[in-house]
Amino acid sequence: MAYIKIDESLPGIRGLMSFSPYTATPLNALAELLLRSDVGLTKGERELIATYVSYLNECFFCQRIHGAVAQYYFNNVDEDLVRKVKENYKSAPISDKLKFLLAIAENVQKGGKYVKIEQVEEAKKFGTTDLEIHDTVLIAAAFCMFNRYVDGMGTFAPENPELYKQRAKRIAEETGYVNSI
Amino acid sequence: MPHIQLDESLPGIRSLAYYRPDTGKALYQLAQTLLRDSSPLSEDERELIAAYVSYKNSCVFCTSSHAAAARFLYKDEKQIVDFVLDDYKSSPISGKIKALLNIAGKVQADARLVNENDIQLARIEGANDRDIHDTVLIAAAFCMFNRYVDGLATITTTDPAEYEKMGERMGTVGYIPPLKN
Repeated sequence: MAYIKIDESLPGIRGLMSFSPYTATPLNALAELLLRSDVGLTKGERELIATYVSYLNECFFCQRIHGAVAQYYFNNVDEDLVRKVKENYKSAPISDKLKFLLAIAENVQKGGKYVKIEQVEEAKKFGTTDLEIHDTVLIAAAFCMFNRYVDGMGTFAPENPELYKQRAKRIAEETGYVNSI
Repeated sequence: MPHIQLDESLPGIRSLAYYRPDTGKALYQLAQTLLRDSSPLSEDERELIAAYVSYKNSCVFCTSSHAAAARFLYKDEKQIVDFVLDDYKSSPISGKIKALLNIAGKVQADARLVNENDIQLARIEGANDRDIHDTVLIAAAFCMFNRYVDGLATITTTDPAEYEKMGERMGTVGYIPPLKN
C-alpha cells in the first residue's frame, strides 16, 4: 500500500502518475526520449543501463519492468543476459563500450562527482561519442529519480515475473512510455 | 572542464539543456511543474526542499542557484534559507516543513528509508497527500538534476552575485530552457 491514496490496481510508478497527471507528462516525455531511441545507444542498451541502476538502487518495480524490456531486446543474443549483467556486467556477453558506460552509470548512481575524467576518456577510446556519454549519465540520473519516486511513496509491485514480461512486450512493440498510466 | 563538449558560456544544467534540447525541454517542464505550478506547497517552500536535497548531494551549482531562488522568494525572511541548510531542525520554519524535509532527506539518502512514522508525523503537522507526493518527487528529481549536472562536470561558477541573478530569474520568469539559434 502506498503512503498516499492512489489507485492500487496500478503498480509502481503508474499509480503515482495517475494521482499526479501534471508531473506525469514531463516524466513520460523524458522516459520516451531517453529509452526509445536508437541514435547512438540502442533501445536495448538504454534499457540495460536503466535496469542496472534500478538494481543498484534496489528498486524492485523498476528493475523488474525495465529488466523485462531490456531482456526483450536482447533475447536473440542471450536469453539470460539481464541476470548476467546484474551479477557481473564485466563478464557478461556485452560490448566493451557498454561495459565502460555501465561503469559510468554505476558511479552516477553513487553521486555525480564519482564520475572520473579518466573513465570518460577510456570510454572515448572505445569509440564512445559525447552523445552516448551524455545519454548514459542522464539515464542513470533519471533512474535515481524514478527509483526514489517509486520507493519513497511506498508503492506496490507485483511479484509475478510473467506480468512484467507481458507489459514489457507491449512497451517494446506498441506503447512506449508516452502514456505510462 | 566538462566531460563532453558543451557551450562554455552556459553554466550547469543550462549547458546540458542547450546540448540536447529535447530532453532539456522535458527537464525544464518538470522543474516548472514541480516548483512553480499548482501545489499546496508555496514556491519558496518548494525551492527550499530543492536546495536542501542539492546541498545533501553536495551539488554546488544546484544548491547555490536554488538557495538563491528561495532567498529571492522568501524576501524579508531570506535568512531562513541559510538556517535550514545549516540545521533545519532548529530553523524558524513550520513543523510541517520540518516533517517534509525529514522525508526529503530520507529520499535523498535511500528512498526505502521513508516509513509510516515519517508520513504520520507529516500528517499530524498538517501535510496532505499532495504535500507528501510533491515533496517526494521534488527530492527525487533533484537526485537526478544533481547527478546530471555533476556527472558531466558542467561549469559551476563560485561567484555569489551570479547566483543572485539566477535566483531572481528563477523567482520571476521561472524555468525556461535556453534556445538553440
